[in-house]
Amino acid sequence: MTTSVVVTGLGITAPNGLGTQDYWAATRTGKNGIGRVTRFDSSSYPATLAGEVPGFAAEELLPSRLLPQTDRMTRLALVAADWALADAGVDPENLAEYDMGVVTASSSGGFEFGQNELQKLWSQGSQYVSAYQSFAWFYAVNSGQISIRSGLKGPSGVIVSDEAGGLDALAQGRRLIRKGTRMIVSGGVDASICPWGWVAQLTAKRLSTSDEPSRAFLPFDADASGYVPGEGGAILIMESAESARERGARVYGEVAGYGATFDAAPGSDREPALRKAVEFALADAGIAPEDVDVVFADAAGVPELDRVEAQALVEVFGERGVPVTAPKTMTGRLYSGAGPLDVATALLAIEEGLIPPTVNVHPAEEYGLDLVVDQPRTAEVRTALVVARGYGGFNSAVVVRAAA
Amino acid sequence: MSTQEFTLDDLRRILLEGAGADEGVDLDGDILDVRFEALGYESLALLETGSRIEREYGIVLDEDLLTDADTPRALIAAVNEHLAAVPRAA
Repeated sequence: MTTSVVVTGLGITAPNGLGTQDYWAATRTGKNGIGRVTRFDSSSYPATLAGEVPGFAAEELLPSRLLPQTDRMTRLALVAADWALADAGVDPENLAEYDMGVVTASSSGGFEFGQNELQKLWSQGSQYVSAYQSFAWFYAVNSGQISIRSGLKGPSGVIVSDEAGGLDALAQGRRLIRKGTRMIVSGGVDASICPWGWVAQLTAKRLSTSDEPSRAFLPFDADASGYVPGEGGAILIMESAESARERGARVYGEVAGYGATFDAAPGSDREPALRKAVEFALADAGIAPEDVDVVFADAAGVPELDRVEAQALVEVFGERGVPVTAPKTMTGRLYSGAGPLDVATALLAIEEGLIPPTVNVHPAEEYGLDLVVDQPRTAEVRTALVVARGYGGFNSAVVVRAAA
Repeated sequence: MSTQEFTLDDLRRILLEGAGADEGVDLDGDILDVRFEALGYESLALLETGSRIEREYGIVLDEDLLTDADTPRALIAAVNEHLAAVPRAA
């Protein structure tokens, strides 16, 4: 029998809440975390809104040794990992050296750090560029820094598949645990709200140009016009159910199923591959569509992408066949952080028996979705499906369910 | 002709600016003969420290110097040797 893999710790840094408690208190009541960009002057750019993590004081949470060598995304990830380990009641010092590894996702790397160093290169000269530029921008830097900080020498790595990557990282974590590693720190945290990161994001032509926080990101709404980017994400502690049982750990739920597909080239007449990813995840979990109590949607906010997702969900679950929600309407799209944050949110929804709302959206009838809007909905939630898509054709889906 | 002197206080300041300080390490303590590695500084931290010293004092340090000078005392002595050899205009 394949090893059951469970989540025993959560660390959350999100635009509408820092720490699991603040985040869930905000999310369950629909508190918005989107606002005007404050990290740089965005007034001359087409997009001016973002979901920024508020009140994050890295210098109070991390040793000064780490500050000169880390991008904001890494500082957020390190703190989220500290919180997740504490939440799981794991002290890596008490584990065997190779018992724990780190697999995170990344979509852009450390853009803000890189931008600062490139500015020094061109304005002052190469001798002014930080020696830490050699790794601080890497995709793999969050995994590396978490691994070094906590002394985790088990199998580690990074997954890069844009916004689908966060779910792909959890799947890789599950794979490594099934191969025998006791615990994996997984998830994803991205933060790219700086001019260089901003222009890179603008090239996809999917950012909303609205300057009204409550009107800018409206997935599945007739007025959808793109998305608002955000920063942050979630780090999760994963381990075998047996390991969790042995140490008497609190179990949030099981990562029960995973599926991933890749879309055909643009212009192809082959159908979008998202539905297949969902079907693979359900099959992997050994469940039927009617077993799913809620879907956390990818919710692109781009009309043609919303249509593809709605159609996939209607084909699998039937018209208005399952409650669907998109709490990311409160945070913006968090790239590699989105999937892990949605998985964490799904686990908290299971725990409380409450589906957090999609905010600001008036669902378009044509999509045929039972979208949970405005107010949270109480419901017995035992099984949730989380969907995430990455730019360029990545589709991933994860099934989480209440601990047996 | 005046020569600048590079002191332990200068080194402390540059280490803090360029690489910070590890938890549990007191840079204000008696560190002159403690190896950089034991103070929590790996090769990149020393590279960054070296390049900041070069910028500030207008000198060029040998690449080997940073690997050979493995304590504050050794690094301070080496920097002062350079400063004496390449006096700055007053």
